[in-house]
Amino acid sequence: MTSAALPAPGYSPPPGLAAYRTCPVTARKINLQAETLIKVNAVVSIVALLIGATAALLLALTRWQAVHLLPAVWYYRILGVHGMNMLIFFIIFFEMAVLWFASTVLLNARPAAPKYGWFNFALMLVGSLTVEAMQWSGRADVLYTSYPPLKAHPLFYLGIILFAVGALGVVGQFFATLTIAKREKTYEGSMPLVVYGAMAAAIIAVITLLHGAMVYIPTFLWSIGVIREVNPQMYRLLWWALGHSAQQINVAAMVSIWYMLGGLTVGAVVLNEKVSRWAFVLYILFISMASAHHLLVDPGFGSAWKIVNTSYFMYMAVLASMVHGFTVPAGMELGMRLRGYTTGLFGWLRKAPWGDPGFSSLIFSVVVFGFFGGITGVTIGTEQINIIAHNTLRVPGHFHATVVSGTAMAFMGATYYLIPLIFRRKVAFWKLAKAQPYLFTFGMLTVEFGMTFAGSFGVPRRHWDISFSQAPFDVPFNPAVDLFLAMIGIGGILAVAGAYSFVLIAVKSVFFGERIAEFPKGVVVAGIPQGLTNPPVHPANADELNEQLHAPSRGFLGPTPGTLVLVGVFFVAFMLYYFTNWKLLSFLWKIG
Amino acid sequence: MLTKVHTGLDPVPGVWWKPAHKAEKLWVSIAFAWCIVLFAMMPLWHWKGGQNPSGVRTRVDPKAYYARTVAFAKQYKVGDDRGLPIVQPPPGADVYLVALTFQWFPILKLQQGKEYMLHLSSLDVNHGFSLFPLNVNFAVAPSFDYALRVTPTAAGDFRIICNEFCGIGHHTMVGRVIVVDSTGQAVADNTAASLGHGGAR
Repeated sequence: MTSAALPAPGYSPPPGLAAYRTCPVTARKINLQAETLIKVNAVVSIVALLIGATAALLLALTRWQAVHLLPAVWYYRILGVHGMNMLIFFIIFFEMAVLWFASTVLLNARPAAPKYGWFNFALMLVGSLTVEAMQWSGRADVLYTSYPPLKAHPLFYLGIILFAVGALGVVGQFFATLTIAKREKTYEGSMPLVVYGAMAAAIIAVITLLHGAMVYIPTFLWSIGVIREVNPQMYRLLWWALGHSAQQINVAAMVSIWYMLGGLTVGAVVLNEKVSRWAFVLYILFISMASAHHLLVDPGFGSAWKIVNTSYFMYMAVLASMVHGFTVPAGMELGMRLRGYTTGLFGWLRKAPWGDPGFSSLIFSVVVFGFFGGITGVTIGTEQINIIAHNTLRVPGHFHATVVSGTAMAFMGATYYLIPLIFRRKVAFWKLAKAQPYLFTFGMLTVEFGMTFAGSFGVPRRHWDISFSQAPFDVPFNPAVDLFLAMIGIGGILAVAGAYSFVLIAVKSVFFGERIAEFPKGVVVAGIPQGLTNPPVHPANADELNEQLHAPSRGFLGPTPGTLVLVGVFFVAFMLYYFTNWKLLSFLWKIG
Repeated sequence: MLTKVHTGLDPVPGVWWKPAHKAEKLWVSIAFAWCIVLFAMMPLWHWKGGQNPSGVRTRVDPKAYYARTVAFAKQYKVGDDRGLPIVQPPPGADVYLVALTFQWFPILKLQQGKEYMLHLSSLDVNHGFSLFPLNVNFAVAPSFDYALRVTPTAAGDFRIICNEFCGIGHHTMVGRVIVVDSTGQAVADNTAASLGHGGAR
């Protein structure tokens, strides 16, 4: 980092709340109550990840038709467990930790009403345990989406409501903490970009959770017999305003972590605050309409509605992601160039710290999210192309690339830095930690390719037996499909091995890891990522160098020519995939 | 003047509202133009393309829809297979298909190159219409009648897979659509199924 963010002159903590320590690396003041809240949320999150990953292994080994492990009832039950644990409990508990971290640690601030934070944490925990109990006992075999008229036990819906109320409470505390930090002048100027991104995530969380209330409160009342019926289309519309917007919380949180890890690992700079912050604003403004792209082949909505809501508005959110897809790697490139890595187009990338799990997680998250998740998502979310994608394995192929390879990978990378910074312990099994992002990404990519290809042949998602052994008619899938399903199985084993490694490393480090008294500088220490022992400091004349790199004489390639080439490759890949799908669509029956 | 060099973790002092570099502007412009293309392709395909999910959508009482489908099946029945009627309506007719746990009713027999109005609805929960091996997918919801104009372009023996979880027998829910050519033959065995061949040879 270029400047240590110290509290403004004249700052003094309010009486009775002086329980701070000073971070030895960043010189930030860390409130101990906030630190404990970060820790408990992170730990619960990782427990949920362990449950979700075990479920994933069972599912992958069932979809791999040659193994076909689980019986039908347990396949669908575990599928619901997997969805709730991964998409809700793992991710949202982690995001609660991120919100506490961004609002207190990054701003040197004290948390607003920490006791209320414990209350909200308890609500979320009780809610999730209730949901787990209902799912495991077979009283909520309705999958993650729980579309009525399929009905679960009322406690399933109530558990989700409790969880959401707790999460909404923490979001409220996040805003209150920002206000306190501003009022108590714990930082100078505008809040850091990472906090700004977390704030965008929090605003989207409010929108999301309100939709959640709109959908789950009536459904709960229906399940106890107060309301006679829930309109299945209205449910799908509102549910996806929850379900998809929830993913946009993840995206905003993930992009913030990209900026954070970029800064910590390679000294990534913010190219232009205006551009990056605008992109976050676009997420907030345009994402709740993205609900519509789950309903493109639904009977309840007309084409004009579908086109307006998926494209006109949603593509502005796509624009935002494409902007971050440039500014994040470009910030890394410029940060590296300012630090003297100036050789050629990609010298900065070759000399990057590939052995630092924080960095490798970051780069894999950016690349797989963009190239795989982004391109497939926008393509299958096109009104007509959705006809050849809806509810096939192409859909989970897409969202595993965004949520797992993108968001979860970024969160894992952040954890490798949070363990020394917040838990003040060394990362255990350091060699395994260095390999973990590679193993996890390779496994997940295999799963994602397997799913996407199988889905292109029409293999349905959420389906126990595509050999249709108990069905009245045969369905002879192309034999290639068996290969793709095997990829899901084998990739699943590898990816779960990667996830288990992460859980093992995190649990060992957090509870039994070697304590760190101080961070030695300029040496390589096993168990401490290089960004903390050899912080990527910019030279004293960085501003001058920056001006030179921005000089008009360098032409439009400017300070970041390597990134411009990379996004060019991305753009060509995007166009090829998109128009290939239109071509495939044109082979079908005439439908209108 | 550029903003002072800083990372995303640092608070930003002073005014950071500065013009972006040409490279950044270029990429934002390309991305924006691309978003417009992504948007324009959809109305364009409604105008020039052959596959659109628009159809005619109406609210319907599930029981009334089921009764209508049973009457339709009785009217045009030409045979049966595994207890399900095979129904051959005349070209241009309204064709009714109902999804119920865990069955597609009835079996349809259509003629290649003729247009039909295919109605989809459900008697009970949400189902998913997935035409194998073409990979044509539509959502089927109770109390909504989704009527699509379809013209089979190739003869063959097709299947309908349910691809929306509908309960514990979801994976046994398979229906059948037969498309005959002008000589009245369904040419196909689906072992040659693949994308791009229209499901039949």
